[in-house]
Amino acid sequence: MLRFLVTRLSLVIPTFFGMTLLAFFLIRLVPGDPIETLAGERGIDAARHAVLLKEYGLDQPLLTQYGIYISKVLHGDLGKSVITQERVVNEFLALFPATIELALCAMLFALLLGIPAGILAAVKRNSLLDHGVMGISLAGYSMPIFWWGLLLILLFSVQLDWTPVSGRIAVQYFIEPTTGFLLIDSALSDQKGAFWSSLAHLALPTVVLGTNPLAVIARMTRSAMLEVLGEDYIRTARAKGLSPLRVVALHGLRNALIPVVTVVGLQVGVLFTGAILTETIFSWPGVGKWLIEAISRRDYPVLQGGMLLLGLMVMAVNLLVDLTYGFINPRIRHQK
Amino acid sequence: MTATPAIARLLSEPAAERPWQEFWRYFRVNRGAVAGLMIVLLVVLVAVLAPWLAPYAPDLTNNKAFLLPPAWQAGGQWAHLLGTDAIGRDMLSRLMYGARLSLLIGVAVVAISVIAGTALGLLAGYVRGVFEIAVMRMMDIILTLPSLLLAIVIVAILGPGLVNAMLAVAVVVLPHYVRITRAAVIAEAARDYVTAARMAGAGHWRLMVSEILPNCAAPLIVQASLGISTAILDAAALGFLGLGAQPPSPEWGTMLADAREFVMRAWWVVTFPGLAILVTVLAFNLLGDGLRDALDPKLKN
Repeated sequence: MLRFLVTRLSLVIPTFFGMTLLAFFLIRLVPGDPIETLAGERGIDAARHAVLLKEYGLDQPLLTQYGIYISKVLHGDLGKSVITQERVVNEFLALFPATIELALCAMLFALLLGIPAGILAAVKRNSLLDHGVMGISLAGYSMPIFWWGLLLILLFSVQLDWTPVSGRIAVQYFIEPTTGFLLIDSALSDQKGAFWSSLAHLALPTVVLGTNPLAVIARMTRSAMLEVLGEDYIRTARAKGLSPLRVVALHGLRNALIPVVTVVGLQVGVLFTGAILTETIFSWPGVGKWLIEAISRRDYPVLQGGMLLLGLMVMAVNLLVDLTYGFINPRIRHQK
Repeated sequence: MTATPAIARLLSEPAAERPWQEFWRYFRVNRGAVAGLMIVLLVVLVAVLAPWLAPYAPDLTNNKAFLLPPAWQAGGQWAHLLGTDAIGRDMLSRLMYGARLSLLIGVAVVAISVIAGTALGLLAGYVRGVFEIAVMRMMDIILTLPSLLLAIVIVAILGPGLVNAMLAVAVVVLPHYVRITRAAVIAEAARDYVTAARMAGAGHWRLMVSEILPNCAAPLIVQASLGISTAILDAAALGFLGLGAQPPSPEWGTMLADAREFVMRAWWVVTFPGLAILVTVLAFNLLGDGLRDALDPKLKN
């Protein structure tokens, strides 16, 4: 196990440096030098330009600049937003809980619906139900979620007037962030209706963001379950006279879930990608919307830092999934 | 000498199937894949014939017909079957011209990423060593970053526009092709026929391009057909975020971005472009699944 742990951890370090390299050089590709970009349309006189160039360390050779950048990153300094002058890390941390809350709910939605649907489709193979589940899953997989969001708004907010269109909670509530998860914070607060308001705001974004993972999980559960149901130990369990429910739920599902866990881990990147679109549609005040706004404001430090931080998050989750997976499945752990 | 019945039967059997005949036999039984193929052909037809099929020019505005509903709704006109948008452009015509852009995006992105990905994967799998490690690490990093985020950052740097969006999406999907090619190359390079060719004096170039590469084609074809749907979807997402094709281009994602503010009062400007994306992407996914089942020998029988 220790050996497995060390190999996986040692893979993370080059990926981390590669990512900082990418973040550093991508921003250097922006046409024009950063000072002129900072100054924007107003322009800047030559003397001030030289001073700023020195202040930002931009007169150094590129390699030295990268060295300075790395040491800053390792100290948790990702620079300041050009617009708000706030530290990028602080802005990120303030907005990240909103994104996590949305992503967790979406994943929960996908798991709670996807796993039962996949099991049912596998057990009733080739039935109408199976074809239905697979058809819906294919549609969910092909769905442009930014359009899906607009459609749901059209139906549930405009036609039926059931859910609000944007934001995390109605404006009359002010909830002090304790956990950062508004669903929990509003439930703990003594403001009447705050919890229901936050739940209503969360519903549509959750469905929109959860649609792609739902489709993938349902498909994966079905095929894993079909494979497991063909195994000898399932036949044995059936021959022993166990009830069909017991065979499927205990003997089948446990083994079928292993590949599903991997897929769930891989969906984290997909969730962040979806979060950018979902947050834009529903004006959800999270990291995705922040990054899109940074682009329109040409706020490059935010873009650079946000990309690195999100990349690190995905890396950390992938590592965690890898380790959990090695923990549940000894065959992986002992592989080279 | 009299042939035994078994031998006689063997002799009378028709000649072996050609590869594409065998492929078509497997592909045909998959009804979903055939449906996907039909829809793809239909979209291609509409795209090619757009100038003749479309009732209006895609950017022709009509100040007497703002936000007309579809013909079957009260207030609609049969002259504008799917209604008009906020500045009186015909929805149906724009969608037809949009098919051209979406197909162009899908094909161009896949072409760029297949060519670059195959070249990198081929070299990585054949040369091995430091080059392989460097390339594969780079691909891992690209795969680690959320795909749309990287595409957004690339477009933010290059500047918004259709061509830059296509380049960004091509970079983002590149790792899939590099990985597939490299894995196939490593598996094939150890085969006897490659050793035999080397013994016969074939040079590196010949070994890579004419011996190994053709035998890696099947997984690449499958990935490419599934990749078209990803490319269309990602480019539409960039268009929706205002980073892809720019207005007044009738790209479906860009049309949706324009339509967003009318979601409250004109359902058709929001519904139809997205439906077009969904149907096209769905068709390419069905087609790709069918190709995979028909081309992947592991799943045969």
